[in-house]
Order: sequence, then structure tokens, then C-alpha cells
Amino acid sequence: MSDVLLSAKNLTKRFGGLAAVNGVSLDLKRNSIHAVIGPNGAGKSTLTHLLSGDLLPTSGTVLLGQRDVTGWRPERISRQGLGRSYQKTNIFLPFSVWENVRLAAQSREPHAARWLRPASSFIAVNARTERAIALSGLKDRQFAMAGTISHGEQRQLEIAMTLATEPQVLLLDEPLAGMGAQEAERMVALLLELKKNHGILLVEHDMDAVFALADQLTVMVNGQVIASGTPAQIRADAGVQAAYLGEDIGVEPA
Amino acid sequence: MDLANFFIQLLNSVQYGLLLFMLAAGLTLIFGIMGVVNLAHGSFYMLGAYLAWSLSSLLGSLGLAIIVGALLAVAFGFALEWLLFRHFYKRDHLDQVLLTFGLIYIFEELRSIVWGDDVHGVPIPELLSASVPLTENLAYPVYRLFMSGVCIALALGLYGLISKTRLGMKIRAGAFNRDMAESLGINIKLIHAVVFALGVGLAAVAGMIAAPIASVYPNMGAQVLIMCFVVVVIGGIGSVRGALIAALLVGLVDTFGKVLLPQMAGMLIYMLMAAVLLWKPEGLFKQ
Amino acid sequence: MSAQKSNLEILPRGVQVTLALGLVALVAFPFTGTDYYIQMLTRMMIMAIFAMSLDLLQGVTGLVSLGHAAYFGLAGYALAFMMPQGEPASLWWTLPAAVLASGLAALVIGFFVVRTHGIYFIMVTMAFAQMVFYLFFDNRALGGSDGLYINFKPDASVAGWVPFDLDSKRTMYYFTLGAMLVVYVFLRRLLWSPFGRALAGIRVNEHRMRAMGFGTFGYKLAAFTLAGSLAGLAGYLWGTQTGYINPELMGFQMSAHAIMMVILGGMGNFAGAIVGAFAFEYLLHVFKDLPQLGSVNLGKHWQLWMGLFIVLLVTFAPRGLLGLVERFGMGKEKTGGESHHE
Repeated sequence: MSDVLLSAKNLTKRFGGLAAVNGVSLDLKRNSIHAVIGPNGAGKSTLTHLLSGDLLPTSGTVLLGQRDVTGWRPERISRQGLGRSYQKTNIFLPFSVWENVRLAAQSREPHAARWLRPASSFIAVNARTERAIALSGLKDRQFAMAGTISHGEQRQLEIAMTLATEPQVLLLDEPLAGMGAQEAERMVALLLELKKNHGILLVEHDMDAVFALADQLTVMVNGQVIASGTPAQIRADAGVQAAYLGEDIGVEPA
Repeated sequence: MDLANFFIQLLNSVQYGLLLFMLAAGLTLIFGIMGVVNLAHGSFYMLGAYLAWSLSSLLGSLGLAIIVGALLAVAFGFALEWLLFRHFYKRDHLDQVLLTFGLIYIFEELRSIVWGDDVHGVPIPELLSASVPLTENLAYPVYRLFMSGVCIALALGLYGLISKTRLGMKIRAGAFNRDMAESLGINIKLIHAVVFALGVGLAAVAGMIAAPIASVYPNMGAQVLIMCFVVVVIGGIGSVRGALIAALLVGLVDTFGKVLLPQMAGMLIYMLMAAVLLWKPEGLFKQ
Repeated sequence: MSAQKSNLEILPRGVQVTLALGLVALVAFPFTGTDYYIQMLTRMMIMAIFAMSLDLLQGVTGLVSLGHAAYFGLAGYALAFMMPQGEPASLWWTLPAAVLASGLAALVIGFFVVRTHGIYFIMVTMAFAQMVFYLFFDNRALGGSDGLYINFKPDASVAGWVPFDLDSKRTMYYFTLGAMLVVYVFLRRLLWSPFGRALAGIRVNEHRMRAMGFGTFGYKLAAFTLAGSLAGLAGYLWGTQTGYINPELMGFQMSAHAIMMVILGGMGNFAGAIVGAFAFEYLLHVFKDLPQLGSVNLGKHWQLWMGLFIVLLVTFAPRGLLGLVERFGMGKEKTGGESHHE
């Protein structure tokens, strides 16, 4: 069984004349966290969309496991074992937290389209839902309506929904965005826990978290990869320092 | 089909297509820029026709009636937008469907109250009542050429407005990115009102110039509305160029279809639409 | 288009009680009502089935179809074609056949239509329905603009035994009531099934549903087909009841009326569709029967009143009657998505 769970080979996405992602390659290894960092507008989110099937690449390939999934529809890629969370919270606001996660869990149920049995009676689905909710720390909020919980809790819900589909690869787009210190700590602990059984591709701005979590880093600027390696290597890379890290970690160059 | 007949059908296709374009252009602009679905668009066409009928007999001239009617229609468009439509830009499409369906009822009844339920004819002006001879036996009515001419003139005017004037630039900016346009100081509310009134005006003028040929009768907006929708779907929402090409396409298919395959004539347009949808679910020229 | 709206899926106690009382009233009515009103109520119940079928599509799945009446009318026409000139055909095969015909049409048209979204979806459903309308309107062989007569009520006999006779207005009434109840119970169960939950998810956030692995095209097509089939059931009953079918029943106005019924009552829970259908039909009667005011026949201009009513409704009460009920406090019940339900 190969070590590489997800890989991008020379991915490019053009919008008109602009290349938002330009010849990006990276590999995500099993049981590791690979972080993608870069200033705003570097193309990180576009890259995530390309990997999840939300956008069609102009050229290049995406491999999930050993399969070429380039051009696959998002639902197909999801069923192949990739789960993603979104930078802009993308949940079901009028449903309860429990129902949000239950729906995600239902997607893996082989008889997901059953007509006459109540959805609440599927034991396997309920079990998956409970596990995901417990993992993401939302147990006491599970009956609240998703539109009424705090922003940090909504980010937790994002993760819970991703986990409930039991993917091997997690694609997380700024999971820590807008979180307070305590919530961020909890999320970092969760991600370290998840690393044991998943490959995680993380797009993040929080540098403290990134350096605490990542086994591998890829730095993107203007759609291209300018450096890739271990955190220590990246820290020492002059090009990265010049382009991105600068004085204050996380602040873009003037 | 011999050459002369073919030529006549071709001219008919273009004339019908251009008329549809007048309606579809307004509809696609209103859809594309304000995101409003308007089922009552056919009612504006009907309004135009009835205006043509009463104004032409009142003023004694169809030409004058068209000018006055156009102004009245545009004013009506501004009023309607201000009173109702602008409050529905942010609403669900379902609410818009309901609102405009209610308006259809209201407009039909108002029409019945003001103008009655009879069918009327509008005489073709003396000046345009001749026919251009094509062969020994066949001639083509000048009035139909006039109709096409008016549509082409208005289409060029629309093109000029949108691509060459400041107003047009603002319209395009507002369509592209509303918030950005607002922060640049563009009065979005006014732009929307102008676009809406323009759409109403175009539809009404279409009804006015078509009146001598198509007659003036109750519920005349319904059938043209459907064709209009088909044109917008084929052309792509928000694309005026798409509306033009789609309208001409529909004109061709419909006209030649009626002549060559009369049993299937009614269905041909929809089959065309189905084919386009299979290939491009968002229309040929979707923005 | 998806405004993340919650539907009133769990009916408040008060509403449940009212519905139960309504059911009792409906069951008891034929014992006291005249033939005229029995027939009127039968028609209302048929409309209720039609509205419920649309509610599945519109209220639950969020697909606004302006062409739903096509499937209503098609079943009526199917019945007309299957009913021979000389004697009645059997209920037991004409009913499923007509429903199947509508379902098949919905499947075929749905295949083209479901791939579109938002405004496009609304427009293409309307366009395809008009196509069906003209197919019948323009062809003498299919009845043309005059429509077709259905000479007999379907025969309910099975191998010589006659369980009931649809010629009797009372029997037809109870048969329709039974059908309405079966459809309601079926749809309520569907609403809480995994399939129904997925449809609700598609309404609220289709993008996320796809990202989670749901093949939403298939779900929407299934909903479209099922809704079309149920509309066919209503159409079959209409043909049986009135004995006459014409293209207007497939037209855009009929589809728009269905939309209004669903909205009037409140979307997404099927009870609203029933309430809305009754209320709408009643309203139509009220408007059409308005008296003379001086020299003006108010009833003649019913479209004006109806139009004004619709505009006012959508402006001030867009969630319909049940929405008003919810707003003015039949208790702040949780809406949709609970794992524990009725």
C-alpha cells in the first residue's frame, strides 16, 4: 500500500488570462499533516477546490490513492474517500447540529435512499454521527440549530461533518479561522489526534498552529509553489522569508 | 420550395426573430442584472399593443402613437419598479414568480376594464402599406421590413448604449459586481430602475409595432412570453448577444418548421431547447 | 437561489388537532351535505393531492416548477384514451397505467430539466409543459382544443364482485378522501426517511450535499418523477370525477395555481398543501361569486381580486397560513432535522 494518499501533479487553473494556480505539485502522505501556506491571493483556496473537484483544472492531474480523479465530480471524489471542510462555513443553518452531521454520515450508508423507514432509525448512521460529534467536541450543542451556535462552534461543526463521511484524506480549508485561543488549542489537539489515522492537507494562516502541526509544508505565492519541505527547512529558506514570513508571522509583505 | 418562397420565409424568420429579441433583450437584462424572474413581461407586450390601438386612433398616426406609447410605457416601467419590483430583488425566485403571476391577473383585468375584451385591428399606415415585388406573383409587405428595421435600429441603439456610453458602463459594472459598483459611487438603484424601465419599454414597443400584423386581443402576452423564455434559456441569462442569436435561431426554426413540418411545428422549438440544454445547461452564451 | 429557510416540518400540537378535526368533518360531511357540495369537496381533495405532489418538489426539495400541471393533465388524457366507447374500463389497471404514464413523462422531461438550476429551472419547466400543452391543443387526434370526454367512470369490479361503484357521488368522495389520506401518510413518512432528509438537505445546501458524496442529480430526478406520478394520480381522479379533460388542465395557469396553493398553506409539510388547496379553491369561489356593486359586477373581475390577493400574500405573508400560525405563536416548536420526531 502506497504511502501517498493524495497528490497533485502540475496543477494549473486559469481564469481568462490569470493563472490562479500555476503548475502546483504536492504529495500528501499517510498519517501526516501537510500544510499549505501563503499570502492572501496565493491560490490556496483555488488549489483546494481543484483537489476536491469543485473546480476543473485547466491542466495537470489529481491522484487520490493511486486513482486519477482529475475531472471527477465532487460527489464521486467524496465517495472515493476525500472529505473537505470549507473556509466560509458551509453548513445547513436551519438544521440542528445533530442533523447536519447525521446527513453527512448518511452519505456513506449503502441504503441511503430508503423511502419509508425513518432516517433516525439507522443505527450505523447514528453511531457514525455520535462518533463525529464527540470527536469534534460538540456533544452538548448537538440539538441546537446550526444557525444559532457560535462561530467557533460552527467551525467545529464543519469538521464534524467532514469526519462523519469517514474519509481517509481530510482537506481542511482554514479550520481555525475566527477561533479564539482556547478553541484553537482544542482544534490543534483534535488534528494531532486525527493525524494518527488520516492524511490531512491543511490550508491555514495561523502560523503558530501550522508549525505546531505540520510534518510537511508547501508555500505558495501568486499561484506557484516557491518552497516545499519540513518546517525546519521552510523556516530557513531565504526565499520564503523574503516573500512571506517577514517580521510578523502571518502578515503579508507591504 | 422555390427561391422566392425561401426568401420570403427567411425574411419572415428574421422579422419574427428580431421581434422576439426586443422582448428577450429586456427580459434577459432584467434577469441578468437584477436577478428577477418576471412572468408579467408578456403583459407589457400586450400593453404596447393596446396602447397602439387607442393612441393611433386618438392621434391619427401610428408613428406618433409609437413614440407617445413608448414614453408612457417607460414611465409605467419606472413606476412599477419603484412601487413593487425593487423590493423583490433580494427575495426568493418563488416569491418573484408569485408576485409576477399575480400581476398578470391584475394587468389582464385592468386591460379588460380599460379596453374591453374585443379583438381589434390596427391599420397599417398608408406610407408603409405597399409591397415590394419579388416575382411575378409574390410580393413582400413593406411594413414587415419596417418592423425589422425598427428592431435593428433599437438593437443597435441598445448595443451602443451598453458598450459605448457611461450609463452602459455603469450597467455592466453593476451586473458584474454590485457591491463594488456601489462603492465606486454608482447609483445602483437608479441603474436598476433604468434597466427595468428599458425592458418594459422595449416589450411595449414590440407590441406596438407588431399590432398591425398580429392584431390586438386578450391574453396575447401569454404565448409570446413562452417564446421569450425559450429564447433566454437558449441564449443564456444576462447575455444580450445570446438573446439576439437565440431569437434569430428560434425565428428560423419556428418559421421554417411551420412550413416544412407542420405537424411537429409546435414542438420543434422545445426540441431545439432540449438539445441546447443537453449540450450547455446554462445557455449558449451564459455570462 | 437556496435561501437557507427552515420549513415547518414538525406540526405544532394545535395544528395537528385542527387537522384531525378537519378529517372528522370530511368523513362526516356526506351525511349532511348536498350532492353539489359533495362534488365540490371531492374536487378540493383532488386539488389537495395535486398540491401535495408539488409540495414534495417545491417545499421539500426546493425545486420551483412552473410546469407541474402537465403531469396532472397527462394522466387525465391517459384515462380518456384507455376508456373505450362502449363500456367502462377497469379501475384496477387504468389507475396504475395513468399514474405510470405521468411518471414516465416526468422522468423523461425531468432528465432534461433537472440539470438546470435557479431561474433556468423555472423557465424550462414552464417551456416543456407548454410543449405538452401544444401537443394536445394542436392535434385533433388527441382531442385538440376541445378536449376529450371520458364516457364512464372506471369500473371497480374484480372477477364479478363489485366492492364499490364510482358512479355514486358519495363513493367517489370517499374514494378520493382515502386516496388523499394515503398520499398524505406516504409523503409524511417519506419526509422523515433518509431519502426525504436528503431532499431537504438539497434544498438547503445542494453544494454541501454533493461535497458529502450525495449524487444530487439522481435525488432530484427521483423527486421530480415521484411528484409527477402523484400529480398523475390527482389528474386521474379529476378525469374520473368530471368526465372531461382538456389542455387547459395542463397549462401554465394550472401550474401557477398549484404553486399558490402550496404557498398559501405553507410549504414543506404536506398539511399546508391540503389546507392551501382547500383555501385556494374556496377563495376562487368567493371571488367569482362576488355580488354586483352598483353597475359593476365584482364577480366578473375575479382575476383582479385574485391577483391583488396574491400580490398582498407574497408581500406580507410569504410563508402562508401555517407560517402565520407559526409566527403568531402556536408555540416555538423546533423546525426540521431533529432525530426525535412525531
